[in-house]
Amino acid sequence: MKLSELHIGHIARIVSLDDSPYKEKLQEMGCIPGVLVKPILKAPFGDPIAFELEEYTLSMRKNEADSVLVKPLDPLFYTH
Amino acid sequence: MSQRLKIVLAGNPNCGKSSVFNKLTGLKQKITNVPGTTIENKVGKFTVGDTEIDLIDTPGTYSFNPKSLDEKEAIKVFFEDPAPDTILYVADAANLKRNFFYFSQLAQHNTPMVLVLNMLDIANFKGFEIDIDRLEKELGIRVFKINARLGDGVKELKKALAEQQFVPHYTFGSENDHTHESHYDSISKLLNKTTTLKSKRELISNKIDTWATHPILGYLLFLVVLLVIFQSVFTLASYPMDWIELGFGELSEYLSKTLPDGWLKKLIINGLIAGIAGVVVFVPQIAILFFFMGLLEDTGYMARVSFIMDKMLRGLGLSGKSVVPLLSGAACAIPAIMSTRNIENWKDRLITIMVTPLMSCSARLPVYTLLISMAIPSDQYYGFVSLQALVMLAMYVLGTVAALVAAVVFKWIIRHDIPSYFIMELPIYHVPRWRNIWLNMWQKSLSFVKEAGKVILIVSVVLWFLASYGPRADKTFSIQESATLEQSYAGYFGKGIEPAIEPIGFNWKIGISLITSFAAREVFVGTMSTIYSVGDEENFEQLRAKMNKDKLPNGEPVYTLAVVLSLMVFYAFAMQCMSTLAVVYKETKSWKWPAIQFVYMTALAYLGSWLVFNLFH
Repeated sequence: MKLSELHIGHIARIVSLDDSPYKEKLQEMGCIPGVLVKPILKAPFGDPIAFELEEYTLSMRKNEADSVLVKPLDPLFYTH
Repeated sequence: MSQRLKIVLAGNPNCGKSSVFNKLTGLKQKITNVPGTTIENKVGKFTVGDTEIDLIDTPGTYSFNPKSLDEKEAIKVFFEDPAPDTILYVADAANLKRNFFYFSQLAQHNTPMVLVLNMLDIANFKGFEIDIDRLEKELGIRVFKINARLGDGVKELKKALAEQQFVPHYTFGSENDHTHESHYDSISKLLNKTTTLKSKRELISNKIDTWATHPILGYLLFLVVLLVIFQSVFTLASYPMDWIELGFGELSEYLSKTLPDGWLKKLIINGLIAGIAGVVVFVPQIAILFFFMGLLEDTGYMARVSFIMDKMLRGLGLSGKSVVPLLSGAACAIPAIMSTRNIENWKDRLITIMVTPLMSCSARLPVYTLLISMAIPSDQYYGFVSLQALVMLAMYVLGTVAALVAAVVFKWIIRHDIPSYFIMELPIYHVPRWRNIWLNMWQKSLSFVKEAGKVILIVSVVLWFLASYGPRADKTFSIQESATLEQSYAGYFGKGIEPAIEPIGFNWKIGISLITSFAAREVFVGTMSTIYSVGDEENFEQLRAKMNKDKLPNGEPVYTLAVVLSLMVFYAFAMQCMSTLAVVYKETKSWKWPAIQFVYMTALAYLGSWLVFNLFH
């Protein structure tokens, strides 16, 4: 699924990045296949979205999050 | 044996790099302009034993493939001659993986490096343990723990910088694979060997964010922050501004008594001193605004403002990152335009540059103050809302709305294929690092005085000449005498443009002021004082009375409500600032954009004034 579709608080693993003018920027900021991401915050109107990525918070527009493919982890592993 | 070392400070944004720089160099630092560019490098000097060290600070950068102008400037220093002896890399210990990415690229350069781990307190709070000895062994370079806020570890670091340093021998990526993936892969392996995560605790940052980015409370908070800032800019700054005006008044009075009469005396008092005073008087307002901007940036709140404003601004052709320039524009467009450098997308950046001068800057303030006091009654509503204050507020709203509308127009006009993006770190909240904020305020204010000062000084002298001498060579005129000002070059110019400005309600006297205002808008008040022979330039009350008494040949007053409102609208929109145009040229590297800016703003001003004049006439 797309990173933009992931619900707040759910964790997913990055699978791949679509080709886009901002692919390199995303990679530099740590969006690399295999990395875990968790959406934690949405701006008013649901865009941009802030993600927990590695040890920091990265925000990006919905548009940019559309270009990142992720595989959600089973919620049973991390919800209480 | 004494030696001189060139050390470059590098690191990601928000890693505490400036704290390290300030702690290492103390106050011995200066901003240098690299010739032919707008690059500003901060250079600091310090000595260890008999080693002299030049420490060069660079803007925070995420990678060696620059995306924004800021980042382009950051990496230029690595290609300079002589090449740096050592790279001092500052990393946020609480966010090591991403901080190591830029490090991994710099490590390819065969330059000795030193790694400084900053913000270990936060790393420890998050539950990270970092094995420094192991990290040193893996990388093959010296690694230092430092708490830049408190200054812990600075002494040891300083001493070590004079010693022999090493090129990192850890391999990031592989011989022929330097993709982002391979670098991050190597970084993960390195961190697995050197760090352990004991427990994960949630930072208070995340809790603040639920409020700061709340759909209602978030905007409300931002509004309150804005009100506090503007209230401070106007009230706090008024005291030092009064002192400055008083000081310059005394100075010119003293000089007029002591200097021998002649053209030189007039040049010094009416040209030079008046010009310098015109710049310096704005420093308090600008400094206070820079102080708050620095505070909001340093604490991390500004990133949240960009975050919640992005969606709205995007529709207007701007981005969340335009917030800082637009707000700074309320103090002065010059530093505001310089602060657009961190906007990656060229079109977003250009539109921000083009519309920022429409925000009501502090130079318009004295013009509005004079004009409002002339035409708007000082009525109070409900005991505390003053009509004059409301009109003043309306002028600020007018400027902001004009800027946003202009942005939409430019969005349609400017063609650019690369879509804009907004990929930004939300740094964790920090207690303000006051020292950094003060230094930043001081340096930016100083650079304003230098940038704007040069232009305003030159133009003031030219204008003084134009107002003091006339085409009839048989006699020279004193700038203090209004009857003769009419016959000076400035007077001829004023009369020359009178037909053009008559439709918007202006006469030749206003015409002269429009010309002189091109140096800087606030010159309007000074020119009016000259025309109406008000000795003390700052005596608003006297000037206002004289202007209000001025009559047309047919007995009607010159400054009717229609004329005053028309003038206010003209000053709100017109591009009457040479320094801004010069900065736009520097930042866009072309005369095309300042030319377009000048034309569109002047056209907007003329149209707006015409409309207002005819509505109220």
